[in-house]
Amino acid sequence: MAADMRLPNIRKLVSLSLSAGDRRDLVVPGDVITSDSGFMRGHGTYVDEEKLTASVAGEVQRVDKLICVRPLKTRFNGEVGDVVVGRITEVQQKRWKVETNSRLDSILLLSSVNLPGGELRRRSAEDELTMREYLLEGDLISAEVQSVFSDGALSLHTRSLKYGKLGQGVLVQISPSLIKRQKTHFHNLPCGASIILGNNGFVWLYPTPGQQDEEAGGFYTSLEPISLSDREVISRLRNCLLALSAHKVLVFDTSVLYCYESSLQHQVKDILKPEVMEEIVMLTQQKLIEQEG
Amino acid sequence: MSSFRCFVLCGNMAGLELLSDQGYRLDGRKASELRKVQARMGVFAQADGSAYLEQGNTKALAVVYGPHEMRGSRSRTLHDRAVINCQYSMATFSMSERKRRPHGDRKSTEMSLHLKQTFEAAVMTQLYPRSQIDIYVKILQSDGGNYSVCVNAATLAVIDAGIPMLDYVCASTVGFVDETPLADLCYAEESGGVSSLALALLPRGGQIALLQMDARLHQDNLEALMDAAMTACKGVSKVLDQVVRQHLQEASLATGD
Repeated sequence: MAADMRLPNIRKLVSLSLSAGDRRDLVVPGDVITSDSGFMRGHGTYVDEEKLTASVAGEVQRVDKLICVRPLKTRFNGEVGDVVVGRITEVQQKRWKVETNSRLDSILLLSSVNLPGGELRRRSAEDELTMREYLLEGDLISAEVQSVFSDGALSLHTRSLKYGKLGQGVLVQISPSLIKRQKTHFHNLPCGASIILGNNGFVWLYPTPGQQDEEAGGFYTSLEPISLSDREVISRLRNCLLALSAHKVLVFDTSVLYCYESSLQHQVKDILKPEVMEEIVMLTQQKLIEQEG
Repeated sequence: MSSFRCFVLCGNMAGLELLSDQGYRLDGRKASELRKVQARMGVFAQADGSAYLEQGNTKALAVVYGPHEMRGSRSRTLHDRAVINCQYSMATFSMSERKRRPHGDRKSTEMSLHLKQTFEAAVMTQLYPRSQIDIYVKILQSDGGNYSVCVNAATLAVIDAGIPMLDYVCASTVGFVDETPLADLCYAEESGGVSSLALALLPRGGQIALLQMDARLHQDNLEALMDAAMTACKGVSKVLDQVVRQHLQEASLATGD
């Protein structure tokens, strides 16, 4: 097997002195943001001897009288209406536990899923006993955040045909802060694959489905073999997503598509090489700027 | 290089002169001088937070996962705050003598417990009820002051994970020789029969997160030793602050906002 080797390259150091003056809004834990008592305390801050102090390292955000500090990297903070992709970790009485990169496992109630056989079906004790037939530990689902409990745990629902169990595809995990909030997080990309951009940083890549079965209520999974060309497109998209996340570019349908187009001149496996990655991401950023202006 | 010389010296003579008449220590430092600290944040992509820290020849790697759902024993769940779970381990190759068990022996368990107590004082656990924060620290090379290096590395990892803390936690090990407090002990000094003291401090407010001492010392000397420890911790905090700010700048430039 031919191994690919490269020499170590020197980290590019950013000179602190250059930009230290104009980045007053970056704080570290223990930094006093203001000693004025007229402000409200938001996330990432605490009050110490009547001084508003930062508790995380990040950027200060002010909305009127509210001061928050947003850390650079954090777990997923769910809000009502967010689209998430998650994995079932536990089947309990009347509910499933779902791992969604959140601070606590999310909850999917049996009463907030669409069971086969129509909207108005009553949920009986029998349904409770057959919960494992619908979703099993380890299954991946897409869902929407229905509500947030007082302890920060999320309650999910899949009461729409677009949500439900995920079949064949590839999961890519990136930082939740890199996902751009949009009107829709489900896209059929023109390159021949579909993508679900979960707000929690879990991205699901799958071949574009043909006709959808209305009856199955989202629990039907196709086990048809996927063609080689489709699998290649999906692998390329996966590597493109990793490239975008390595260079901290916002991920949304346009950026993914531009990155895919820029990567076409390279082989799929070469995309992960640092120098190729850098080149592709540069091209993507240029295209994005051109499109904006 | 310097620690190598220390080992040779230790081997040669039993009653070792830890502080020369000119006021220099074994590795050429002054009494209150710290070792060189080098650190990096965000060394692993998979973990929520990670950091690597070198203090002289002592090297440590810290990784933080969480806050996340309680794994393992559910019964330890606290309903008003997060549980902090620490594990201290030493690489088998970290000392001159090969270590049999990397973790789980009596010394490591005690160290894990100390780390847990230190971070319970600093992390704002009440914000995350029913969850768990894992802090794993590994010593890759041991040259004295293992506890303090672990605390400093773990602090950076916790900050990298975006977990709220009251302040940095900075730690330092100090010893008392010839009526002089020595800051940031190296292995040769630690094993040379010095009465040493480990202090973890929240530097801005001057609160003590952990203070540990298991040697004899005259009461009159305690104040001088504590002062030296506080100064050393504040010195460390300045270096950590620089590392965090540098990391913030780089990361915010990369995202371009």
